[in-house]
Amino acid sequence: MSDAAQTDERVKEISRLRRALIRPELGGIVGTIAVFTFFLLFAFDSGMFNAQGVMNWTVVSAQFVIIAVGACLLMISGEFDLSVGSMIGFAGMMIAIFGVTLGWPMWSAILITFVICITCGAINGYIVVRTGLPSFIVTLATLFILRGFTIFIPQTIERKTIIGGIREAAEGDWLAPVFGGKIFGGAFQWLGDAGIIATFQRGNRAGQPVVDGIPMLVVWALALVIVGHIILTRTRFGNWIFAAGGDADAARNSGVPVNAVKIKMFMFTAFCATVFATCQVMEFGSAGADRGLLKEFEAIIAVVIGGALLTGGYGSVIGAALGALIFGVVQQGLFFAGVESSLFRVFLGVILLFAVILNTYIRRIITGER
Amino acid sequence: MSDPIIQMKNIEKHFGSVIALAGVSVDVHAGECHCLLGDNGAGKSTFIKTMSGVHKPTSGEIIFEGQPLDFADPRDAIAAGSATGHHLLAMIPLMSVSRNFFMGNEPVKKIAGLTFFDHDYANRVTMEEMRSMGINLRGPDQAVGTLSGGERQTVAIARAVHFGAKVLILDEPTSALGVRQTSNVLATIDKVRKQGIAVVFITHNVRHAMAVGDRFTVLNRGQTLGTAERGEITPEELQDMMAGGQEMASLEGSLGGTV
Repeated sequence: MSDAAQTDERVKEISRLRRALIRPELGGIVGTIAVFTFFLLFAFDSGMFNAQGVMNWTVVSAQFVIIAVGACLLMISGEFDLSVGSMIGFAGMMIAIFGVTLGWPMWSAILITFVICITCGAINGYIVVRTGLPSFIVTLATLFILRGFTIFIPQTIERKTIIGGIREAAEGDWLAPVFGGKIFGGAFQWLGDAGIIATFQRGNRAGQPVVDGIPMLVVWALALVIVGHIILTRTRFGNWIFAAGGDADAARNSGVPVNAVKIKMFMFTAFCATVFATCQVMEFGSAGADRGLLKEFEAIIAVVIGGALLTGGYGSVIGAALGALIFGVVQQGLFFAGVESSLFRVFLGVILLFAVILNTYIRRIITGER
Repeated sequence: MSDPIIQMKNIEKHFGSVIALAGVSVDVHAGECHCLLGDNGAGKSTFIKTMSGVHKPTSGEIIFEGQPLDFADPRDAIAAGSATGHHLLAMIPLMSVSRNFFMGNEPVKKIAGLTFFDHDYANRVTMEEMRSMGINLRGPDQAVGTLSGGERQTVAIARAVHFGAKVLILDEPTSALGVRQTSNVLATIDKVRKQGIAVVFITHNVRHAMAVGDRFTVLNRGQTLGTAERGEITPEELQDMMAGGQEMASLEGSLGGTV
């Protein structure tokens, strides 16, 4: 018998191509190369690849990355969160209400908002694991509940749905720059002075470089990708995330605390949404009740382009980040290339379809289903 | 004979008004393969679920290594050193063999005060364990989904043995397998038994039971019809006991001994 097991002539050697194909990031890598090639060929002169242009699509991509990392880990653990978009609007509004309307110090407004939103995430997760209902339905309810409060609360208190004055309220605060600040300002000033990147020629910012630093939003995005990737692939908890999404019962019977893992992932998704919201209100200086609309779907699309399976148990943070990058680059690139922006949605639909078909094919290879 | 590793004394289990087990006593010794036979509905599954801690017996006693046991949940049973096939079969097809092997028991190493999954160790141990069971993997990162049913069983058994299971409860491990895969699983059971682990092998296939079993207990309608040593009983007698006797005897003639 042992001889028979040594070499089974019926097991075909897997070709390198197929081996490469079963990496979850593959779609994201190919897509990223394709998208960059396309825009380098067709929009190189449009300003998309000078300092300002690069910063433009980097920031947009980083926004997608932040929510995609949360959605990715949650999806691998086998659940969805449709309330991400509403959570973004809600978190921004909470910061404005606490920090501006109630006049609390900005750091305390930010911290209490994080606590409230992560609690919302925990409640989402708790309801899902306790009732066994699909997270799709539970978080759809949360989507409406949070959006409703996001409109109701400022209207009742301030008689308007946009609250401004956040930048002024955050003046001199120690925590606000962690979300709204920029780093490496000196390096960019030097690059501007050296003539490597353009500087403003006129106005009160004359002499300053057009890009005056890396926004903290981008730093958050990079940090979340790195931490998320390491947790998923290199830790015991990461194994539990895969296990919880792959087969919750099997994982439970092997001693994996599936419910705790799922609830933590819902909390992490809420955390990512709140990071997004905080960066956004610090940048805009205002909170609006309509912020974050449709973000939940954009996050899910980025994750799927990145190779994660909708059914859970398989995926990659790096892939999701690449999916978000594709998303951001195409959205801004079409604008630079002067293409009608409504075509972006067409592109999105097409690429989503391709990604899902590719993922299904990959799943068949891995699981040996026919 | 040595003291039994696990003793089930007069186990009764009622589900509402249904009496699933009406006083079943079985003892299992280390290093033996104890076959539990019974037709569908005989109470095999209820019995092994009680043994593995999924169900609490309505009355009766479970004695594990001389100590009375009160399993609160399957985790206690696993900690006590028994692992059921039902549980161990729980493999996740999308995950690699080594990730499955160590699921819930991940080896860790510390780097700069942070705890990481020790992939090198996990991969090495997985490959070694698989080789000793006669399965050659393409690599430790091969997904479990690409393994055949028999190989999956073997991975599961190897995993339980590696994590120190003293009692292995296999619930119909051969029921859905082909001839060759079945013989692989039976060979694995034989290897495991020789390592001194008690195997409880649940099946309704008398031939599979006869191939590896040391002792045979037949369950019928929630009761045992006694335990027989190997050599004391013929396959035909076992078959008769499982089927409750009479009907089978009358069928025997018309089917020409094919069952």
